[in-house]
Amino acid sequence: MIANIVRIWGKYWMIFLEGLWNTFWIALVAIAIGTVFGTLIALVRMSKRKGISSIAAIYIEIIRGTPMLLQFYLFWLGLPYLFPTISNLACALVALCVNSSAYVAETIRAGIQAVDPGQREAALSLGLTEANIMKKVILPQAVKNILPALGNEFVVMIKETALASVFFVGELMTAFKTVQSNTFLALEPLIIVGLIYLFITLTLSNIMKVFERRMKAND
Amino acid sequence: MTDQALIQLVDLHKYFGDLEVLKGINETIKEKEVISIIGPSGCGKSTLLRCMNLLETPTQGQVIFEGVNILDKKVDPTLHRRKMGMVFQHFNVFPHLNVLENITLAPILNKLMTKAAAEEKAIGLLERVGLGDKVYEYPRKLSGGQKQRLAIVRAMAMDPKVLLFDEPTSALDPEMVKGVLEVIKSLAITGMTTVIVTHEMGFAREVSDRVWFMYDGVIAEKGTPDDVFNHTKNPRAIEFLSQVL
Repeated sequence: MIANIVRIWGKYWMIFLEGLWNTFWIALVAIAIGTVFGTLIALVRMSKRKGISSIAAIYIEIIRGTPMLLQFYLFWLGLPYLFPTISNLACALVALCVNSSAYVAETIRAGIQAVDPGQREAALSLGLTEANIMKKVILPQAVKNILPALGNEFVVMIKETALASVFFVGELMTAFKTVQSNTFLALEPLIIVGLIYLFITLTLSNIMKVFERRMKAND
Repeated sequence: MTDQALIQLVDLHKYFGDLEVLKGINETIKEKEVISIIGPSGCGKSTLLRCMNLLETPTQGQVIFEGVNILDKKVDPTLHRRKMGMVFQHFNVFPHLNVLENITLAPILNKLMTKAAAEEKAIGLLERVGLGDKVYEYPRKLSGGQKQRLAIVRAMAMDPKVLLFDEPTSALDPEMVKGVLEVIKSLAITGMTTVIVTHEMGFAREVSDRVWFMYDGVIAEKGTPDDVFNHTKNPRAIEFLSQVL
């Protein structure tokens, strides 16, 4: 079996590396766009107006309360009604962005709410406007809570992209399926793909640990 | 002390849910006056102070500051807060900014001063309170007493008409208390209108023009320090003072 693994890697490494690259950028785009929209949703969620805030709350609950796979199918089935020529990859990307925006929104909200309320009171007592309080006092402190959580979210997203292989979008699990159908071997390419996932998630968590330690040192 | 009223509290009530914390406060604070608010914990003294700059919104009544009812819906409380400095029990200095930035943030953002003028003023104030060598330090490097002096300077940098102190020495180690009280005292005797919620009875007796003793949401006894500390007939005040003096 180890001989098979080596042989398959020797022959198909290009496909695996392409899968790795696709997994990486799909997850990165999903997190990046998810962060932009997640921030907006978090701000809406924290609005003092109950009606507006509850719209964001409902959105977050729906996304977090349904399976990722269902959301993939939903956009894969739904989006072609609006955009008849849309690709599987685009549908999968939209689903991932929507999904991560909801999780990121909660991450950001938690990070902001973890800032000592006394900070806001001090800023209020100095006559700062609400916008300045957020921009200059709360967010700079919340970032320290939010960034590590966003890193974790990125690792989660890398693993979530595997579900998109149902639609053959070219990420790592798709690479597994391609190699499997070419070689009629399943376990060997699966082990290769598993090791690649492990490599990337472990690398990322270690980078994050170093980063967190640096931030703590600055505290 | 002058006779000009700076803050008038008119029939002030505050509820937290069903709990009535302030039960009708009617008082006038004059310019340059130093008022100490004392009383057992839970009597509403911090809430009363926080109602003055609307960190708490009174449920009923008026807060008239410089002749304007700042509870009026048409009034922007932000503009009035700029003239009312506040110092908190837990300092609430900004940990992500250095000492100088802590002080200049509000004057610059509120467009009261240029950056250069704000910094010059800040450094002058820091020297006055003995923090002249800490200008570029971050708060994590400061002791509790130094943080509180920084918080006082931060409030002073806005050129407030009144300083509100909410138990400014209660979170300090005992050896830090004196230095902070001396700074407050030096402000008070130079004519800064001061309202201070405090458990430091010696300080209240020595520095105040008037003392309010609060009990159960009302000002149960008030007068000069001599009236309150030596001649009160109020049984609650007598009981409280016998415990703390």
